[in-house]
Amino acid sequence: VFTIRNKIKKGRVMKEPKQMSVSAIQNGTVIDHVPASNLFKVIQILGLDRIENQITFGTNLESKKLGRKAIIKISGVFFEDEDINRIALVAPDAKLNIIKDYEVVEKKVVVVPDNIIGIAKCMNPKCITNFEHVTTRFRVVSKKVVALRCHYCEKITNQENLQII
Amino acid sequence: MKNRSLVSIDDFSTEEILKILDLTEEFEKQPIQKLLEGKVVATLFFEPSTRTRLSFESAINRLGGKIVGFSDASSSSVSKGETLNDTIRTVNNYCDLIVMRHPIEGSARFASEIATVPVINAGDGANQHPTQTLLDLYSIRKTQGKLDNLNIFLVGDLKYGRTVHSLVMAMSRWNATFNFISPEELKMPDEFKLYLDNLGLKYYEHNDFTDIISKADIIYMTRVQKERFSDPIEYEKVKNVYVLRNSMLKNTKPNMKILHPLPRVNEIHQDVDNNSKAYYFEQALNGVYTRQAILCSLLGIK
Repeated sequence: VFTIRNKIKKGRVMKEPKQMSVSAIQNGTVIDHVPASNLFKVIQILGLDRIENQITFGTNLESKKLGRKAIIKISGVFFEDEDINRIALVAPDAKLNIIKDYEVVEKKVVVVPDNIIGIAKCMNPKCITNFEHVTTRFRVVSKKVVALRCHYCEKITNQENLQII
Repeated sequence: MKNRSLVSIDDFSTEEILKILDLTEEFEKQPIQKLLEGKVVATLFFEPSTRTRLSFESAINRLGGKIVGFSDASSSSVSKGETLNDTIRTVNNYCDLIVMRHPIEGSARFASEIATVPVINAGDGANQHPTQTLLDLYSIRKTQGKLDNLNIFLVGDLKYGRTVHSLVMAMSRWNATFNFISPEELKMPDEFKLYLDNLGLKYYEHNDFTDIISKADIIYMTRVQKERFSDPIEYEKVKNVYVLRNSMLKNTKPNMKILHPLPRVNEIHQDVDNNSKAYYFEQALNGVYTRQAILCSLLGIK
């Protein structure tokens, strides 16, 4: 853990030096503003527990917006939008910094996709997806407060009952 | 519609629904047409439903088709622990179309994705029962001469009854007005009221039969089941409130018809049966014609 000075934001040098408690990366992706409670879900959804790249993460960091946030830095990995949007269910405010040669070259936000495939569990205990080996599929019927309609049983799974497979 | 499956009533456009109703009319005029000669239809009933199964089998027989299948999961390989996936993949090889009833919600959609032949959902748990909805629509159009701008009264268990939910969704395509009559515990769920709100359709809720049934074009009765109540005393209080009697029909409109998905227990008193407004047994007969029309549409024969 060391200090990074002159963190670049929106293409210009920030006035005040900021102390970060997670180490910088040369090339890769930084996922910031992850709710601390969902850090491991994000790791799971993106399959970060199964790759060999260097990954550092910090959690329970102070955040004005989220209270306690987590940050993940993945060296040498650049995500497709389609892949990164999969975390929108558990980290809707996540911001991505694409790092090349220690500099932020691009910023991205996550967007809740129209369809969720194979991530969430249907909350209906009588749904076929909870009995047979079926990949779950949902249509997102509300994005602000996430509500998912199951493609199979047609019941709604809402944010409160959302479970990641 | 050739080679499509019928899982949910929403799978079909308004135009396609009307096409099935027109075809149903043809079968009502001439029920014996050997259009399924040489075809095999599998009727897989993972839970017993005598009425629906007999109606389908009658429709298939009148069309000259052959039937394979089972009427109860205990007499099938399910009792040996076979997955639905494997049952469908296997049966798929034996037939030209699958009719399936299953207690698990979403099972019919799943089956339709595995099977290469069309699948007709004959009820998947509390979810969908689209052939019932189509025969209800046929009965309404036949007795009213139209589907537009009707005043539909739904009575009884509006919370758990999938038939009433599907009927509300379907009739909302034709600018219906709805009156919901149910005990507090079995009210129409909010999601359906919200759906009607969004379409700007009118609906009214009542806790008992009121004078306004004189305005009804259709009274759709359902059974209030004891097991739906958390408090048995609540059931005792309401069990006789949602019973339709002949004496209540005096001031109703001449075109009004009473429908019921059957089986009936006591919610329609037997003294209603001989009233010309009682239509539930004809409705069951319409079910055979409707299923003939659906079978032929999905097989691309008509």
